[in-house]
Amino acid sequence: MTANTTVKPPLAERPTLLGWLRKNLFNSWGNAILTVAAGWLTFVTLRGLLTWVFTEADWTVIQTNLRLILLGQYPIAEVWRIWVSMLLLAFLIGNSLSIWGKGKTSTRFTVGLMGLLFALAFVVSGPSRTWLLAMGAVLGAGWWLARGAGKAMRNVVGIGWVVWPPIFILLLRGFTPDEGFLPLVGTNLWGGLMLTFMLTIVGIVFSFPIGVLLALGRQSDLRIVRWFCITFIEVVRGVPLITILFMAQLMLPLFLPSGLTIDRVLRAMVGITLFSAAYLAENVRGGLQAIPKGQYEAAYALGLSNPLSMGLIILPQALRLIIPILVGQFIALFKDTALVAIVGLFDLVGIARTVLAQPAFLGTHREVYAFISLLYWVFSYAMSYVSIRLEDSLGVGKR
Amino acid sequence: MTADKTPIIIAKDVHKWFGDFHALRGVSMEVKQGEVIVIFGPSGSGKSTFIRTINHLEEHQQGDIVVDGIELSHDVRNIEKIREETGMVFQQFNLFPHLTVLQNISLAPIWVKKWDKPRAEAKAMELLKRVGIPEQANKYPGQLSGGQQQRVAIARALAMEPKIMLFDEPTSALDPEMIKEVLDAMIELAKTGMTMLVVTHEMGFARAVADRMFFFDKGEIVESGTPDEIFKAPKEARTKLFLSQILHH
Ligand SMILES: Nc1ncnc2c1ncn2[C@@H]1O[C@H](COP(=O)(O)OP(=O)(O)OP(=O)(O)O)[C@@H](O)[C@H]1O
Ligand SMILES: [Mg+2]
Repeated sequence: MTANTTVKPPLAERPTLLGWLRKNLFNSWGNAILTVAAGWLTFVTLRGLLTWVFTEADWTVIQTNLRLILLGQYPIAEVWRIWVSMLLLAFLIGNSLSIWGKGKTSTRFTVGLMGLLFALAFVVSGPSRTWLLAMGAVLGAGWWLARGAGKAMRNVVGIGWVVWPPIFILLLRGFTPDEGFLPLVGTNLWGGLMLTFMLTIVGIVFSFPIGVLLALGRQSDLRIVRWFCITFIEVVRGVPLITILFMAQLMLPLFLPSGLTIDRVLRAMVGITLFSAAYLAENVRGGLQAIPKGQYEAAYALGLSNPLSMGLIILPQALRLIIPILVGQFIALFKDTALVAIVGLFDLVGIARTVLAQPAFLGTHREVYAFISLLYWVFSYAMSYVSIRLEDSLGVGKR
Repeated sequence: MTADKTPIIIAKDVHKWFGDFHALRGVSMEVKQGEVIVIFGPSGSGKSTFIRTINHLEEHQQGDIVVDGIELSHDVRNIEKIREETGMVFQQFNLFPHLTVLQNISLAPIWVKKWDKPRAEAKAMELLKRVGIPEQANKYPGQLSGGQQQRVAIARALAMEPKIMLFDEPTSALDPEMIKEVLDAMIELAKTGMTMLVVTHEMGFARAVADRMFFFDKGEIVESGTPDEIFKAPKEARTKLFLSQILHH
């Protein structure tokens, strides 16, 4: 256990700016040269980039198409559903930050996020402003309410994270025909960042259990099960995602009874899920192999059945070991969803291409791609931050 | 010790091969309820292999093993039933590092015996008091010393209220100053009348509580007898030699 006390260094060693520079950047001739060279390079690149961002680029293409980029063709009258999902999400994030965040950093992060939402609220106009303000408020409320929460609250929030994705999807899709309370919104109207999210969430939520089952099946004593799992994993890992997406679009219909059609978004989801599951299975297998034999023996010796030993002893340890790998894989999945643009869906990249086809905005490639790259980066970074926090908070008492 | 007449473990002509290697060559042993058995012998003689066949962590290929009237066969239900009635303590402790001490101990009663949580935790606390470390209940195994970990492992096995306890060199991985605290817990357990099979080279423990001792060599029982017989008048030359090696160094 590392003690968490911060001991101040003796006065002579307190860092000063000059001291810090000398110690970290100019501690030898070689390093001094490297520092100067790297500094010059950074300056040149950044100057070019910043000049472009603030003086040359024409951001009206983003302003005009913001809604399209974020939500695709989702009908305006139903946009409140997305906002309601976002409110729920903000509440969960607030809860989680105060439960799993680290002291001051958690406070700072929460306040920062709220500030960001409020700032966004003043950039936009109309009902979006109200919704964004509400999101900021709900985030803060969620954070406040979960302060000093006990174990029960943790579990509730954990369950919240599990039930949120299906609620999100159901709400957006709707289920009543035509004129009801939640009329169906066809997936052909889904697009933009929202569709990218949707593909990612579905991919993660379904590939995780499937991947774990495949990993367990690969070690099964039943030969048929084992062979099936190995074949599936090796075949899927042997082909690029794009070919799986094409097959899902073109070949899946061949296997279905005629008359039954699955919509294109669902087909892409199936492809992404299966692809991700195969990789996940291999990662889980790696985690399983790292668990010492003594753990199985201790579990069996207590009279635990095979499934109980797996579920209570082996898997929890194996999964904890591979959290960083899993998150890395999920981030990759998030970015890989961009490939669905090639099979004709309007995710972030697909929408970007339609925006670029508008006569008014021909030749604005740089602005559009820079903006969607920024979106990808923000969310990838958020996922990686969450992963690090998760590792810290689960790492308690690990040997 | 008190020993009534019914054998609780019957092993008859047990053979075990690892590939071509003949690890157990016809081991027979009957253990009565409440007996404390010490098994000793040179490294590789099959001591671990033998006590692990009793709860089927190793599968024997020939011979019969009956534990408390349950025939050890390939039937998974029988195996699980025998495992519920036998506790095991390992050389390397094998605690579950992701669970607290209290969870380590209460896990099996909750999931196998279907006790409710308060009952299982009360039992766990009682056992922790018995092995002398109730204050460690909410720590993780990684935060305990080796001796404390092994005592938790004993408590974990006892939580299932087993009829038989198997120990495979429980003090071999411990620093000398921690051996006594574990042996004391085992001696206390022996005095309660628990049936125990202990693989160990701690001859002080054997003298104090063993009813019978078995000397293993090359996959066979070479000699058996009470501690008095074994220490004062070993019959076999191999036993004599081995004892002189471990007693004088
Ligand atoms: N899983 C296995 N595969 C192959 N051989 C094994 C296996 N387990 C044990 N053996 C062999 O069987 C023999 C008996 O092993 P066992 O572990 O029972 O010895 P032991 O008397 O407990 O020795 P030690 O005092 O070193 O623990 C040894 O020669 C060992 O190499
Ligand atoms: Mg051994």
